[in-house]
Amino acid sequence: MIERKDVEHVARLARLALSDAEIEKMREQLNGILAYIEKLNALATDDVEPTSHAVPMVNVMRDDAPGPCLPRDEALANAPDRAGEFFRVPRIIED
Amino acid sequence: MTDPTRLTAHELTDAFRSGAATPSAVTEAYLGRIAKLDGKVRAYLTVTDGRARAAAAASDARYRAGKPLGPLDGVPISYKDVLSTRGVKTTCGSRILESWVPPFDATVVTRLAAAGVVPLGKSNMDEFAMGSSTEHSAFQLTANPWDLARVPGGSSGGPAAAVAGDLAAISLGTDTGGSIRQPGAFCGIVGMKPTYGRVSRYGLVAFASSLDQIGPFAKDVRDAALVLRAIAGVDPADATSVDVPVPDYAASLGEGMRGLRVGVLEYDTAGMDPDVQRAVTAAIDVLKGLGATTQAVTLPTADHGLAAYYIIAPAEASSNLARYDGVKYGLRALGKDLIDMESRTRAAGFGAEVKRRIMLGTYALSSGYYDAYYGKAQKVRTLIRRDFDAAFEHVDVIVGPTTPGVAFKHGEKEDPLAMYLNDVFTVPANLSGNPGISVPCGFSTSDLPIGLHLVGRAFDEATILRVAYAYEQATTWRTRRPELA
Repeated sequence: MIERKDVEHVARLARLALSDAEIEKMREQLNGILAYIEKLNALATDDVEPTSHAVPMVNVMRDDAPGPCLPRDEALANAPDRAGEFFRVPRIIED
Repeated sequence: MTDPTRLTAHELTDAFRSGAATPSAVTEAYLGRIAKLDGKVRAYLTVTDGRARAAAAASDARYRAGKPLGPLDGVPISYKDVLSTRGVKTTCGSRILESWVPPFDATVVTRLAAAGVVPLGKSNMDEFAMGSSTEHSAFQLTANPWDLARVPGGSSGGPAAAVAGDLAAISLGTDTGGSIRQPGAFCGIVGMKPTYGRVSRYGLVAFASSLDQIGPFAKDVRDAALVLRAIAGVDPADATSVDVPVPDYAASLGEGMRGLRVGVLEYDTAGMDPDVQRAVTAAIDVLKGLGATTQAVTLPTADHGLAAYYIIAPAEASSNLARYDGVKYGLRALGKDLIDMESRTRAAGFGAEVKRRIMLGTYALSSGYYDAYYGKAQKVRTLIRRDFDAAFEHVDVIVGPTTPGVAFKHGEKEDPLAMYLNDVFTVPANLSGNPGISVPCGFSTSDLPIGLHLVGRAFDEATILRVAYAYEQATTWRTRRPELA
């Protein structure tokens, strides 16, 4: 069973600021969904290889050829905040 | 001629070639219909009328010169708003991308533009493609053209309703757990998920990268075949696209059922709408009548597909959606420091279902739970692939219902788990990668469409299209259309 403190921990990991009411509702709903997911435990999988991808492929290589890149102004066009040629964010290093 | 918005894409291009109609005239008919009726259906988030008129005019000129680009030149299309369109807002149905304007086109958009299509606009969806009713859109509820009080299905509810309501000739959706096939069934049109790797995902805003696939909605099977041909094929911009030849799907549609072995899916009928069961049973009889041999098929692990999916998809989503941090694009909420800014941005920008899945996925991947949840689900995924592989040793196509029921009313499925159960028949093919298609196979006693689900071998879309076409041509379901007054 997921408890309130587990929800708070996962919300911190996921960078989601949840209200008290959201935390409680999330706890209930996650427990409901996880109870359903428990049915997987009925399947024996000890000797089964995991599948991470529908098409088995590893390390698709291509030539390291330079191509055109996004112009700076286009890259910055969607920025929520910018300063000249930079994305502006809140200060993260103390003086 | 008849109202051109009722025609299929191939009928339209026939008319363009014969001179009976022009792309501009048909585009105006669609834009007029959208202006008049989309207030009821609410399929569109953005209508790109200027771009549509410019593309149509260019197409007119090609037909006048006798040099159309191919079988889709001048055909009006709608794109699910998860497909990036250069210079046109792409919201994913989310507040967090409400004003995002991509600086590039998705590969499918580039390929269809090169095929001459007319882009009518961007259509509604469940936020980040998470849902089965399009009710999780941050912006609007989309109505099912067959009954405006009901959902069109989801997550590609907008593009499905657009085609069903004659607000687009064709459209593109995306399918991670059934998000093309289920709305295709609910809206009474053809909806197809190609094999994983068949169509480039470049420019598709990622939900669950190992499951997402782009595919067509269409008014008939031939149109679906034409669109698939246009968008399929390896793409250097998507390393998971697969380099296998793309056949001329339309050319092999008429080969018929003779010699094909149809696997009839045995499924748990608990909770099934009896109308759906009846329609699917009758459809199988039609296939037998066309010369197919049938045998029962079981996918013993498929019942567990949904549970595995609701670990794998949220896990991948929690990772993919980590990029929405308010730094480089999208919504930003103010905070006292970087982490506070990110946490408030995501709280304000994501809706309840997206938050739920991010939480579920983060939990399943978190320290101490990874093996119990994600590891277990990946092993179950292997078992489901083995089920399909075993079945396809004996049959060429597996047939069953697309959904357990018909379109439900807005607000009817409040419980997340009840909503998830919609995908029980469609999810296994996403986990295994196999192609699937939903084709209309009748109506419920309440006059709502029912879908027949066909699943094929990996990269053998040609066979399921051929079976779907044979079935479609032997029945008259496609002639029955919703009336939007």
